[in-house]
Amino acid sequence: MNFLLSPEQLEIQSAVARFLDAECPSTRLHELFDAADGTPDPALWQGLLDLGVAALALPEEYGGMGLELVDLALVAEILGSRAAPSPFLGHVLAALAIDLAGSAEQKQRWLPALADGSLSATVALAEEGDAWQPDQWRIAAQAAITGCKQFVTHAAQADLIVVGLAGGRLGVVLAGADGLSICAQDVVDRTRPCSVVRFESSPAELLDGGIEAAERLRDAALVLGAADAYGGASRCVAMAVDYAKLRRQFGVPIGQFQALKHQLADLAVDIEPARGLYWYAAHAWDRLPEQAPRAAAQAKAHLADRYLHIARRTVEAHGGIGYTWEFDVQIFLKRAMFNHAWNGAPALHRARAATMAGW
Amino acid sequence: MDLSYSAASESFRLEVAAFLDANWDARAAAAAPDRREREAALRRKAVECGYLYRGIPRQYGGSEQQPDILKAHIIREEFGKARAPMEIPGVGVQMVVPTLLECGSQWQRDFFVPRTLAGEFRWAQGYSEPDAGSDLAAVRTHAELVDGHWLINGQKTWSSLAHKAHYMFALVRTDRNAAKHAGLSYLLLDMKQPGITVRPLKQITGDSEFCEVFFDNVRTPQDWIVGEPGQGWAVSKTTLSHERSGFIGSAATSVTLFGKLVELARNTTLNGKPALEDPVIRERLAMLDGYVSAHQYSSYRQFSMAAHGQDAGIAPMMNKLVNTRIADDVAAIARDLIGASLVVAPPLGKGGGNEKWVNQFMGSLGLAIAGGTSNIQRNLIAERGLGLPRDISTEFLSKAYL
Repeated sequence: MNFLLSPEQLEIQSAVARFLDAECPSTRLHELFDAADGTPDPALWQGLLDLGVAALALPEEYGGMGLELVDLALVAEILGSRAAPSPFLGHVLAALAIDLAGSAEQKQRWLPALADGSLSATVALAEEGDAWQPDQWRIAAQAAITGCKQFVTHAAQADLIVVGLAGGRLGVVLAGADGLSICAQDVVDRTRPCSVVRFESSPAELLDGGIEAAERLRDAALVLGAADAYGGASRCVAMAVDYAKLRRQFGVPIGQFQALKHQLADLAVDIEPARGLYWYAAHAWDRLPEQAPRAAAQAKAHLADRYLHIARRTVEAHGGIGYTWEFDVQIFLKRAMFNHAWNGAPALHRARAATMAGW
Repeated sequence: MDLSYSAASESFRLEVAAFLDANWDARAAAAAPDRREREAALRRKAVECGYLYRGIPRQYGGSEQQPDILKAHIIREEFGKARAPMEIPGVGVQMVVPTLLECGSQWQRDFFVPRTLAGEFRWAQGYSEPDAGSDLAAVRTHAELVDGHWLINGQKTWSSLAHKAHYMFALVRTDRNAAKHAGLSYLLLDMKQPGITVRPLKQITGDSEFCEVFFDNVRTPQDWIVGEPGQGWAVSKTTLSHERSGFIGSAATSVTLFGKLVELARNTTLNGKPALEDPVIRERLAMLDGYVSAHQYSSYRQFSMAAHGQDAGIAPMMNKLVNTRIADDVAAIARDLIGASLVVAPPLGKGGGNEKWVNQFMGSLGLAIAGGTSNIQRNLIAERGLGLPRDISTEFLSKAYL
């Protein structure tokens, strides 16, 4: 029984944290957030690729590092804790999708380039009406697909888009394909810009895997979202605590006042014990697959909810400065809003978790 | 990360299970007139085998085992499965024994510890007073040395099961001229003597578990002090740290309670269907399940850190608030499930229908108060855990709980 991170896992987290603290401090984060076109910073993404984030959970035979979802989730936590703008989420999920559902030939063709980042990718999941779930996808799984996906992250930069299709099938559409159009959405979380992607008889290469692979992909996405939420929420609490130590009113640091002190303690209690939800869900995905769907649903539902709650209270704890565009909290609040909605809202996943519990 | 048990652990588990299989029959014991004797006999054998009182030296009646949190965990699980009695519950084993082992004199350990472990001596806590609750160091119950005895006058309150206790451990003021904390001493005293009046307090549930205790020229021998005069505060901190790390933070209680709540929802009819099928009830249960699971995994992590000699940081400070929050949420959901049973007076003992949840509804309030109120916990987490500045008015009380 050992529910702890290994020294190697701690080192991965700290390497990514060190890199982001050096290359994406608050000033740079705001520059990227305010950039109009939503293009990721190539140097920042390259730096993350150099650290191996795209190769981490892919098999060694395809140029990956052969680690597990839990390792990927640990990276997602750090990216969340720095609100790092990067195509990480869509990219690693697209690669996982090909690893889960692709043939040996398809894996050989795409995974090495996805692992080293020479090829970039994203996933197109949601359809009109919050249809995120594999059994809700409606685009017919054919050699040429027609339909529309929403909230596709970093779509304009992707060389390859993994598309969720009817029956829980997955297909790959390449950039520049016939009938493919990408229209940027005006979204709140500019660290993960989204597009509407339309396919009009666009050539798609189907992956072999069926709905089981799509459901594994959905669960992995839930875990990564939960990990990002844990990281972001923890950072919010840390920001609010730091501010309470520095900000003085009535001649003392405001953190001395019990009213605020108790609010901050409650926020910390709300998030600190919950890291195990995403750890456990990731571990289950890797090692206890029969438990993974429920654990992933629960982790996403709980942590996305807590993150949004904590981000809102963090704005409040900062007073007027918290309500400004120039301060960091707004970026975290918007990450929390993205995490809440993307891949299905908490209420949906709680309902799923309830059913899976046999209730 | 590995949640499985090693082969050595699995074989230890089999050993414990075989021991229980050979020595304990829960169903027979429950009905037997000599149930207490059977429990005592099992405890003696379990100590011989190294399963109970593991941290306590053999000379005092313990089994003196190497600390092994994994084995302790397996023992707890197997004894739980077999519904076998473990260590004697209560403040005697949980607070007095560790305190005496750490701060007591040789004769105190020799005399009190073995009999407390065997359940022969039951203890009452003498800490809180009417004007010394969260601000514990404000105690005024006074003791002075007269002819080789401490002469005690004053009043204690919230003393659990004092009406059934043989002895009390008490924090009393032995020097009125010293500073607030420096004037305190930690005394042991015999509850069965003239001058002691115990008045059980009827609780919000209608039950009586804790008591007021009045001292009118009560005597205890000079050498029944633990530590030196004036060291009472430091000695009591030892005791409090044992209380907090021990029985309050465990996630197992919350997990069990939540399981019972789900069963209640399954067996309750709402709008002609099991309440468990009602979308609002499902959402509320699933929301609460998130907190319960988080608490459980957090305890796995704390457990793993302890087993690997690591400091779990801020997490252990949060366990009591988390348990309290879960019990509060359970109370709210149970309230809505039992409907009009909420107005029925709950049974004091076993038995009863849905109205027994009224006990949980009211009892969950006690969790927010006992062993340091929720607001005291928030002070601790904020000041000790998050490093926020001390409030001058709470400086003393913070020390009390650290």
